[in-house]
Amino acid sequence: MKQLMLGNAAVARGLYEAGCCVISSYPGTPSTEITEEAARYDEIYCEWAPNEKVAMETAFGACLAGKRSFCAMKHVGLNVAADPLFTMSYTGVNAGLVIGVADDPGMHSSQNEQDSRHHAIAAKVPMLEPSDSAEALEFAKLAYELSEEFDTPVLLKMCTRVAHSQSIVETADRVEPAMRPYEKNIAKYVMMPGNAIRRHPFVEERVRKLVEWAETAPINRVEPGKDHKIGVITSSTSYQYVKEVFGDTVSVLKLGMANPLPVKLIQDFAGKVEKLVVVEEMDPIIESHCKALGLAVSGKDVLPMEGEFSQNLVAEKLGGSVHTGRSIQDPIPPRPPVMCAGCPHRGLFYILSKNRCAVLGDIGCYTLGAVAPLAAMDMTLCMGASISAIHGFNKARGAESEGKTVAVIGDSTFMHSGMTGLANIAYNQSNSTVIILDNSITGMTGHQQNPTTGYNIKGDPAGKIDLEALCGAMGFTRVRVVDPYDLKACDTVLKEELAADEPSVIISRRPCALLKYVKHEAPLKVDPVKCVGCRSCMKIGCPAISIKEGKAQVDATQCVGCGVCEQLCGVKAFQSTGKEG
Amino acid sequence: METKNIMIVGVGGQGSLLASKLLGHLLMERGYDVKVSEVHGMSQRGGSVVTYVRYGDKVNSPVIDRGEADYIVSFELLEAARWLGYLKPDGQIVTSTQQIDPMPVITGAASYPDDLVEKMRATGARVDALDCLKLAEEAGSSKAVNIVLMGRLSHYFDLPDEAWQKSLEAMVPPKFLELNKKAFELGKNAQ
Repeated sequence: MKQLMLGNAAVARGLYEAGCCVISSYPGTPSTEITEEAARYDEIYCEWAPNEKVAMETAFGACLAGKRSFCAMKHVGLNVAADPLFTMSYTGVNAGLVIGVADDPGMHSSQNEQDSRHHAIAAKVPMLEPSDSAEALEFAKLAYELSEEFDTPVLLKMCTRVAHSQSIVETADRVEPAMRPYEKNIAKYVMMPGNAIRRHPFVEERVRKLVEWAETAPINRVEPGKDHKIGVITSSTSYQYVKEVFGDTVSVLKLGMANPLPVKLIQDFAGKVEKLVVVEEMDPIIESHCKALGLAVSGKDVLPMEGEFSQNLVAEKLGGSVHTGRSIQDPIPPRPPVMCAGCPHRGLFYILSKNRCAVLGDIGCYTLGAVAPLAAMDMTLCMGASISAIHGFNKARGAESEGKTVAVIGDSTFMHSGMTGLANIAYNQSNSTVIILDNSITGMTGHQQNPTTGYNIKGDPAGKIDLEALCGAMGFTRVRVVDPYDLKACDTVLKEELAADEPSVIISRRPCALLKYVKHEAPLKVDPVKCVGCRSCMKIGCPAISIKEGKAQVDATQCVGCGVCEQLCGVKAFQSTGKEG
Repeated sequence: METKNIMIVGVGGQGSLLASKLLGHLLMERGYDVKVSEVHGMSQRGGSVVTYVRYGDKVNSPVIDRGEADYIVSFELLEAARWLGYLKPDGQIVTSTQQIDPMPVITGAASYPDDLVEKMRATGARVDALDCLKLAEEAGSSKAVNIVLMGRLSHYFDLPDEAWQKSLEAMVPPKFLELNKKAFELGKNAQ
């Protein structure tokens, strides 16, 4: 059946059709929908794991037990899971194991622009790279065949434009593979030096065999052009831009396998064209391979390392026709993302800003606390770094910073990799103040459950980790819970915990305002007679409040009546409209 | 047929995903090759968002570039102006007249340009501007702006009304169907 399908949903469909039985993932844009869509198939066990390392090891355990398994993550998640990946390359698999990894060129929703093909090369595992939804489905199925034939985990690399674009796919029925027998095999699966030494040659031999496979694999195909002046080697979404600009006027070698790359296929292709060009987003992986083969090639000398490509960019750099557009003369103010109206993080960040705290931040919606006018963040690095870094910060600066520095981390990020940092504070004793922003969901990626919410991926009741008890068990005697809508309480608790002479955890607890079960208060309105236009309410950066003709004004379509602005108004100009949203 | 390009632009959270799903369904049912490129993640939190819908005999790139859009459907006036450069010389803008201040305007660091519809028209762009929020509220929910806009866009397409209705029925949950059908009609028939 033909369907218009999101790239990530097509991967999920491919997993389903290939008979995948176990999926464990941690959400991360642009990979999240693979696991969400897979969870709709009752035949597949799906879960959100606390982090990518746990997810990958869970998937490995399932493949070891004899069932086809999968895990998905974003590019930076693969860094977290790199440890099991590199050694799974040595053990190989029992049933097939596929790892979905989604890169984010252009950084639509990421903290860096790393190219995950480097991981495939470094770990010596094959990586397939689809360029649309139809290939995403097909390659997911092929990945299992390769995994089992070559005894290796297989990486399936998505990027934002493939993951988050819908295109037409042809679906098929699920083929349920028989469960593979589990046989104890110490030499293969126990990676202590003596065994690993003997597995390493197997890995090198596997790479050689995979190169051979890549030479004639149908997913690496030549599309001959009308003449032989220019030959383009490309992959993924870059292939689509090249075809958009040049159609069949140039010869194209479209690579569906990013690692390992073929040798003879590329040499033959290069020999048939006058000028060889590599079009690839991010790092020059294919280009470096060509250069290592001694081929004259153009690539990053004209195309950028940074950002996403597009048809106009490819045309501009390679001599195609570029479209231009018009504009009005007025400058268009930018519209950066902001915390939503009613976001529970806002009140807490206002108090941090007011107290001039140094804030070591983390990954999630609350990273938006760095945006003006709150501007209440000093650092964001990677998942969990807030807690580890405040410990180092305070060890370096001592009492001078302990009284005015906090770490902020969301509930899901805390479960991901904040707990180990907190253990370090408990163990090595810095007088640090850690704030867990518990909004009862994984927010930025679009509302996924996590170990603190009490629900699983299907929304059914699940185990629920008690944050207060967890911190208490680590030895924290100062664990406070505040409602971030209550500015006065937040201010009091923050001041007390910063002043305390032992480490503390503040749990700022209120569910995300976008959660369906959260009941909103009636929107507020401003009494224009009372309002003196002092702009006090503007200090919180609420998108629902603006100043029109010198008076504050509330956008009733956005306001959820959280009342944080009301607490800042010295003249009591805010009042309820009484109409519940 | 040469590939046609529709951009749906607005502010994160305004409901552009449903609009693009509706168009994707409609155009696929008409037998076209279709690609729809969406934005998920951080930009959805009140940032400027854009969705690309492309259809034709064979569509390659999932995105639309400068000077390529046949239609720009905009939920918000400033966003229509932001993406104006993506309109083809003879392209058509269908926009809601709603204005949502971005944070730099709220903080006073920038100002919201005035008379945007006139200024866009002065560049030669064809602009169909409509108070879609008012019509959506008239249909029963301020959230139905997306379908009001789709109703308006249907003016410019040579497609039978039943095709749009069929896609609405396929894409909208049953309990909101009547509301959305009304929103579609209001957008289509507004003066």
